[in-house]
Amino acid sequence: MSFTEQWVAFLTLVTKEIRRFVRIWPQTLLPPAITMSLYFVIFGNLVGSRIGDMGGFDYMQYIVPGLIMMSVIQNSYGNVVSSFFSTKFQHSIEEMMVSPMPAHVILTGYMVGGIARGLMVGGIVTVLSLFFTHLTLQHAWITLSVVVMTAALFSLGGFINAVFARNFDDISIIPNFVLTPLTYLGGVFYSLELLPDFWRAVTLANPIVYMVNAFRYGILGVSDVNVYTSLGTIALFVLGFYILALWLLRRGTGIRA
Amino acid sequence: MSALSIRNLTKTYSNGVQALKGIDLTVEKGEFFALLGPNGAGKSTTIGIVSSLVNKSGGDVEIFGHSLDRERALAKKKIGVVPQEFNFNQFEKVYDIVVTQAGFYGIPIAEARRQAEKYLRQLGLWEKRQSAARMLSGGMKRRLMIARALVHEPELLILDEPTAGVDIELRRSMWDFLIGLNEQGRTIILTTHYLEEAESLCRRIAIIDHGVIVENTDMRSLLEKLQVETFVLDLQRPLQSAPELCGFHVRLRDAATLEVDVPKTESLNRLFGALAEQDIQVLSMRNKANRLEELFVRLVERNADLAGKEAAS
Ligand SMILES: Nc1ncnc2c1ncn2[C@@H]1O[C@H](COP(=O)(O)OP(=O)(O)O)[C@@H](O)[C@H]1O
Ligand SMILES: [Mg+2]
Repeated sequence: MSFTEQWVAFLTLVTKEIRRFVRIWPQTLLPPAITMSLYFVIFGNLVGSRIGDMGGFDYMQYIVPGLIMMSVIQNSYGNVVSSFFSTKFQHSIEEMMVSPMPAHVILTGYMVGGIARGLMVGGIVTVLSLFFTHLTLQHAWITLSVVVMTAALFSLGGFINAVFARNFDDISIIPNFVLTPLTYLGGVFYSLELLPDFWRAVTLANPIVYMVNAFRYGILGVSDVNVYTSLGTIALFVLGFYILALWLLRRGTGIRA
Repeated sequence: MSALSIRNLTKTYSNGVQALKGIDLTVEKGEFFALLGPNGAGKSTTIGIVSSLVNKSGGDVEIFGHSLDRERALAKKKIGVVPQEFNFNQFEKVYDIVVTQAGFYGIPIAEARRQAEKYLRQLGLWEKRQSAARMLSGGMKRRLMIARALVHEPELLILDEPTAGVDIELRRSMWDFLIGLNEQGRTIILTTHYLEEAESLCRRIAIIDHGVIVENTDMRSLLEKLQVETFVLDLQRPLQSAPELCGFHVRLRDAATLEVDVPKTESLNRLFGALAEQDIQVLSMRNKANRLEELFVRLVERNADLAGKEAAS
């Protein structure tokens, strides 16, 4: 396939992916908007005023970047895992497999679809948060690169999950039993300074800590960890996941008998 | 250059089923080719490998001279596939399914829309273009898959049991459509287990059974292979047992019906002479229907015998 043809195929897939989640917005865009508004009301307004400062900011401001990240993570992962799995399940994946589209175009198309959903939900949550607090943007490039890379990483994670999934249970196991606990314990709601040494060390093994903190640094200018190390590590993970997903797709794992 | 060339193709599925045991198959450009075989013979596996939906275990496939291993993209552009099972998103609209498929082939959107309209009209689906695919009848879904397979103007169209579950009238119109495509110069391969379909559409045929090609020839010489013709005779008076007629193989179908195998070298006059000698009066006589069917059964039985002997030895 020529580059132009690959580009057309890529746009076709990305458009299809975006149209999918926009068409079913009550399942994709509305739920995170409602959940996050509830967090803002309860933790920000009702409970937050009693907690006082966290990391030098009022509690609402402190948790907003983490909550934005949480919705980006859940939605980019959820988008790709359910879209790719249902494509497999309905066998419409074969439409791509018979075509000359190279594997990297298919993979990048799904990844960009997941990033788009993550960013769109992230944007919605950000706008909602402005009704409850005011935000600054200390380091725009860091904010942008960390959010895009995180969305990419979890889109790829969702893709790999879908490759191995055999039924609908398999696509909810990781989000429920891995992603949710890691996110809640990933420094969204508290600064690591509050933790005893042991638990702080344990928490530092959680990759989501680095994403949340780097993002918070971009917005508020504070972080529990080194931001540049975090960015570099996320980038390495994106690359690793991409290569793994591409290898699986080329082999036809879970797709070609 | 051949449209399709398959060399020593093997496939063993992960559960150990050996679906293809080294098949060779050549389909020339412009042919209308039938791959005929009973259920489980390996037809879909063959089509699956050729269309990149199944990983082969061994062997080579070339499409218009392009190796599926080394020039996969070029090879893929030349093929359109209509699989046996519906494989589109049931919730997507008919029009979107076809336009999107064109996009996956790298066809820009304006041309993709023109192509989709062309084939949806030809297949009588243009009125249904805004319907979700799941709202279509079985025959329409099959036609949707044909439109989708043609959207990038492939030179080789492969259909896996296209008329299974399609009623007789629609089947005829689908046949006419396929004949038209073939006359425009497209090579067509279809798999079927309906012999009538192969006989009326295809000039060349391969018979596959248990993952082995048991016959690969043109339709005429296949029919000529039938050295004997079978006639059904309705008798005036019932018989107790099949009579002995020198030189003919005779079976009693029921008391008043005989089946006689007449070698091509024998004259019918001698048959009637022999019957008259035994005072057997024939009321009417007809050619036993579907000779191809018989041949098919015989070939498959022979193959099963050979397989049995192999297993026993
Ligand atoms: N995905 C699969 N996994 C395991 N065995 C399979 C698979 N697909 C087909 N088979 C087996 O391979 C053989 C050939 O099947 P198939 O190619 O579908 O035959 P046909 O299309 O001629 O009916 C059958 O025994 C079938 O059960
Ligand atoms: Mg089949």
